[in-house]
Amino acid sequence: MANKTGVYICSGCEIGEATNVEELQQVALKEFRVPVCKTHPILCSEEGVNLLKGDLENEGLDRLVLGACSGRYHEDTFDFGKEVVVERAPLREYVSWTQPHQEEDTQMLAADYIRMHTTAVQMKQLATPFEQNTEEALLVVGGGVTGMTSALESAKAGYAVHLVEKEDRLGGFARKLHRRTPSRSPFELTESPDLDELIREVESHPKITLHMSSTIASIAGAPGDFSVRLNVNNGNEKSLRAGAVVLASGGKPYDASRLTHLGIAHDNVITSVEFEQMAASGKIVRKDGQEANSVVFIQCAGSRDPDHLPYCSSFCCTVSLKQAGYVREAGADKKAYVIYRDMITPGQYENFYRARQNDPGIFLTKGDVSGVHENPDKTVTVDVDNSLLGEKVAIAADLVVLAIGIEASTRDDPILNLQYRQGPGLPDQKYGFPDSHFICFPYETRRTGIFTAGAVHQPMDMNFSRKDAAGAALKAIQTIELTRQGKTVHPRVGDETFPVFRLDQCTQCKRCTEECPFGVLEEDERGTPSIQEARCRGCGVCMGACPVRIISFKDYSVDIIGDMIKSIEIPDEFEEKPRILIFACENDTVPAFDMMALERIRYSPYVRIIPLRCLGGVNLVWVSDALSVGFDGVMFMGCKYGDDYQCHFMKGSELANVRLSKVEETLSRLQLEPERIRQYEVSMNDYKQVAKLIETFASDIDDYGPNPFKGM
Amino acid sequence: MAENKGLILVVGGGISGITTALEAAETGYEVILIETRPSLGGRVAGFHQYFPKLCPPTCGVEINYQRLRRNRRVQVHTNTQVGEISGEAGNFTVKLVKSPAYVNNKCVMCDKCTPVCPAEVPSDHDYGMRNTKAIHLPHRMAYPPRFVVERAHCPSGCDKCVSACPYGAIDLNMESREFEVNPASIVMATGWRPYDATRLERMQFGALPNVISNVMMERLAATDGPTAGKINRPSDGKKVETVVFVQCAGSRDQDHLPYCSSICCLASLKQANYVRTANPDARVFIFYIDIRTPGKFEAFYSRTREDKNIEFIKGKVARVEPGQDGRVIVEAEDILRGGKVRVEVDLVVLATGMESNLKTQGINGDIVHLDEDGFASAHLQQPGIFAAGVAQGPVDVNSSIQEATGVALKAIQAAVGE
Repeated sequence: MANKTGVYICSGCEIGEATNVEELQQVALKEFRVPVCKTHPILCSEEGVNLLKGDLENEGLDRLVLGACSGRYHEDTFDFGKEVVVERAPLREYVSWTQPHQEEDTQMLAADYIRMHTTAVQMKQLATPFEQNTEEALLVVGGGVTGMTSALESAKAGYAVHLVEKEDRLGGFARKLHRRTPSRSPFELTESPDLDELIREVESHPKITLHMSSTIASIAGAPGDFSVRLNVNNGNEKSLRAGAVVLASGGKPYDASRLTHLGIAHDNVITSVEFEQMAASGKIVRKDGQEANSVVFIQCAGSRDPDHLPYCSSFCCTVSLKQAGYVREAGADKKAYVIYRDMITPGQYENFYRARQNDPGIFLTKGDVSGVHENPDKTVTVDVDNSLLGEKVAIAADLVVLAIGIEASTRDDPILNLQYRQGPGLPDQKYGFPDSHFICFPYETRRTGIFTAGAVHQPMDMNFSRKDAAGAALKAIQTIELTRQGKTVHPRVGDETFPVFRLDQCTQCKRCTEECPFGVLEEDERGTPSIQEARCRGCGVCMGACPVRIISFKDYSVDIIGDMIKSIEIPDEFEEKPRILIFACENDTVPAFDMMALERIRYSPYVRIIPLRCLGGVNLVWVSDALSVGFDGVMFMGCKYGDDYQCHFMKGSELANVRLSKVEETLSRLQLEPERIRQYEVSMNDYKQVAKLIETFASDIDDYGPNPFKGM
Repeated sequence: MAENKGLILVVGGGISGITTALEAAETGYEVILIETRPSLGGRVAGFHQYFPKLCPPTCGVEINYQRLRRNRRVQVHTNTQVGEISGEAGNFTVKLVKSPAYVNNKCVMCDKCTPVCPAEVPSDHDYGMRNTKAIHLPHRMAYPPRFVVERAHCPSGCDKCVSACPYGAIDLNMESREFEVNPASIVMATGWRPYDATRLERMQFGALPNVISNVMMERLAATDGPTAGKINRPSDGKKVETVVFVQCAGSRDQDHLPYCSSICCLASLKQANYVRTANPDARVFIFYIDIRTPGKFEAFYSRTREDKNIEFIKGKVARVEPGQDGRVIVEAEDILRGGKVRVEVDLVVLATGMESNLKTQGINGDIVHLDEDGFASAHLQQPGIFAAGVAQGPVDVNSSIQEATGVALKAIQAAVGE
C-alpha cells in the first residue's frame, strides 16, 4: 500500500472559531510530515468533497484524516471506496461544540486529536478478503410446525433446506392437536390444525430434503461451512454440509408429576396435553370411561411459580379457552370452569376471550387454588380462594385439567452437538431458553450462523412460532449471504476484518479461546488457538485478552491504540493540566458523546477520547501505556453488563470488568490509587450524566494529585 | 440463490419498517423505505425505556441507523407518503409523494436557525406538551440528521432562518415532488396512533391537565422530553408524589377498542418504575382488569410487585374528578375486596391502546385489506402485500421485530418471484 496521508481540517461548524486551524495544520505537517494538509470552510459540501477527490487522485493519497464532524455523520459523503482509509477526528463534537472557543486548553485538545488520528490512519491497513466455498443450503433441526415453516419459507425464497426430524413423521407437537387457537380475524373461532396441508407442501417442495428418524450427531465448522453428521435410525450415519442452522426443536411440556399440590396423582386430574389428545381422539371422558360432564381448568399449573417454572409460558390461557370449547361441544349441559390468576389473552386474542365469556356454560374466575381433593366417587373438588365468585368456593367436577407450561428442549440436551471448544450447546441466556435477551435483536445467539425459532427460542404459542420461524430463516439466509461475501454479521454488519494471530509467539494461555463470547476459536492439543473466521463478529475480546498481544485486526490493534495514546502530548505536572483518557465503546458511549455535543453540554478539556469496538477489546497494556506516558486517570465507558445486559457483543463489557479488576493489584504495587482506573456503564439515555461523571472523576484526580510517573 | 428480480417497498419508518428494510437489504435485496414524518424512528424514538430491561430505545435505533448508513441498498425517503398503488405481486406501480422539508442535505444541525425563528408550534413528538419553533430538529434520533420547517406556521414572508443559516441549507420554496416506483412487494409498516382519550367519558382527558396518556408519560420521563426527564405535574410543575394508572382505558371495550393492545400493562409497570425511581417516596396505584405480562415478562411483574409503594387493585375506574390543589380524584371498583375505592393523586395516567394508522388514514385504492379491528391481517392480503409491526396487530417491540424479520423473508419471496 502506498501509505500517503492527507489531513483535512474543516473550519465549519465553528471549528474555525474555536481553534486556530492553521496551527492545527502545522501539527500535521511538522510533527507528522504528512504530504498534504489543507483546510476547508465546509468539508461536507460538494466543493469540499471535490477537493478530497481531486487530491486523492492527483496527490496519490490513499488515506485521509478528516478533522471535522463525528464519524456518525456524513459516512456516505466521505466514502471514497474500499481502497481509501478514512479516519475521522471529531473536532466538532469533541472540541468546537463542547469546549470554550479560543482557549489554550481547547487548542491543545484539538491538536491532540490531530495527532491521535494521524497516528492511527498511518497504521491502518485494508482488510484482506476472506474467501470460502460457501454452502448455501440451510439446516433446520426439527420437523414440527416451526421447523417446517422455516424450511418452507426458505425454500420459497430459493434456498435448499435439509430438514432433520427425530421421529418418523413430520408434525411434532401439532400432531396432538384437536384444534388450533384462533390465528385470523375475528379471532373468535378455533381452527383446524391445518397440519396436513403444511406437511404436504414440505414433502413436495423440490428444495427441501427430508431426513426422517434422524438426530444430530455433530456439527462442526463455521457459517457457510458447517459439516453436519446425522445419526439415522439409531445406527447409520449420514453427512451433509450447511451454510446456517435453524434450531426448531420445540418445547417440552413441564413435568406434571411434580405438581402434587394440584392433585396430579388423582385419577381424574390430567394435564392440558393429555386433555388435548383425548379431545382429538373423540370423547372427553373420566379415567373410568364415563363421559366428563364438568371440567375444571387450573391455570398457571407449575408456572409463574418460583418452585416450578418462574416464567409464564404465554399460551396456556388461550389453550384452556380453546379446550373449554371442547367441553361445551360435547353437549349443552356440559360445563367448564377456568380458574386463573390473570387472563392472558393479549392483542386480538381478547376477542376469543370475549366469545368464551359469552358462552353460558363456561365459568371464568380469578382465584387461588388452595386444594385439589379426590372424592369417593372419583370426582375431584377444587378449592378456590379469593375468587370473583366468593371468598372461598369449592368446585366439584368430573375432570381437572392442569394447564402446564413448557421448557426449552435444549434444557437437558444440547441437540446440536456442536464440536466447538466451548461446548456442544447454545449458551442460554435466561430461564434455559437460548434467547438473545435483547429487545431489539431477538435472533442473536452466541453462536454465529445458528438461530433458534419457536418454543425452543422463547415460550410462545404455535401461531407466533410460525412467524418466528420465518424470522429465524431470514437471519440464517442473511448469514449465508454475508458470509459468502466475506462480511461479518450483527452488530458490525459488513465488516471485512477479522483477527490475525502471530501464533509463533503464542503461550497457549487459552484466554482468547475461553473468553470469546461466540466460541470463534478452536484449539489444538497444545492449546494453540485456531480461528474460524466466519464465526467472528469482530468485537476484539480476543485482542484484549491476549497477554502477549499477538492478536490484531488490519484496522484495529493493540499497537494502533497504544500508539494513539503515546502520540498525545502530556503537559508536565507543573502546568497543572491533568490528562484523562476515556475509552469509549462505539455502540452507546460514542453516540452519547455526540448527543452531548448536539446540546452543547460542556465537559473537561483535559479528556482525550479513544473509541473502541467494544470494551471487551481492552488490553491491559493500554493502562500501562496511559500511566507511563503520564495520564492521571483512565475512564472506561461502555454498555451495561450483568443479567439485563446491553452489551451488543453479549459478554464484552462484563469481560472488561473482570480484566480491569486485575489491574488494582498492579496499581497498588506502583503506589498508584486504583481508583485512577474506573469502568462505567453508560447508555445513550445517560448522555446528560456523562458530563457529571467526568466532572466527578476529574475532581477525584485533582485530589489524588498528578500521576507521579508523569514526565519520566 | 434465486436471481434478485425485484424491489421491496416498505411503507413506514418506525422500528418495524426499519427492521424489515434492513433485514431484506442485508440479505441482498434493494429496498425503498418511506416515512410520512420528517424522520425515521416512529413511536419508539419518543420512548424513555423499553420493558422489561428498562433499556433505552436509542441503543437499538442507533445500531439500526448505522446499518442503514452503511447499506447502500436501502433508499430512505422521509416526508413521503403513498399516493396510489396498482398492479400485482412482482410488479406493483406505486406513486409516491414527497412533501418538502424546506431543509436540504447541507444542514449540519448547527442550530443557528431556531434562535431567530419567531413562530412556535406545539410539538408533535411531545404530544403537544411543549412548543418547538417552526424550524426544528424532529428529535434527537433524527434520521436524516437535519432540521425541518413546519411551513404552515411560518409568518407570511418571514425568512429569518434562511439568513441565519451559514450553510445555505434552507429553501423555503422547496416543492413537493411525485415519483413512481415499481416494487415486487410492498410491506405496510405504518404503525399506530394512541387511542383518542378525549373519547373516554368521565376520564377528563383534555379537561384536566394532570390526566395524561401513557405516551405522554413516556415523554415526561424521557431525558430529552419537555421536563428533561422530571416527572412533574403538567398543571404546575410540582413533583409527582402519587399516581394512578388506569389500565384498559378505552380497550377491551366494545364502545371503544374491543381488542387488547397487549402492551399497556407492561408499559404501566415500566412507568410505575419510572415514578418510583425518580421519587422513592412516591405511591402508585394501578387499577387493572387483568395484568398481562406473558412469557418472560412475568419476572418484570414479580419484581414490580415487590415494591410496597405500588398497589394493584382489580377494578374498573368509573370516573375521574378534579380534587384539591390541582390533584385528581379517581373512583373505581375494588372487585376483590368489594365496594368502591376513591383516591386523590397528583397524576392520572390513562393506559390507552394502539389504533392502527391504516384504520384511521387508509391507503388509496383497495389494496390493503383490514380486519374488523383495523389491522392488516396477513391472511386478508393479496399476494405481494404484507404488513409488519402494529399495522398487522397489536404487539410489543420485541415481537414486532421478530415478525418484521419474518416479513422481510416473505417480501423477498415475492421479489424472487416464487
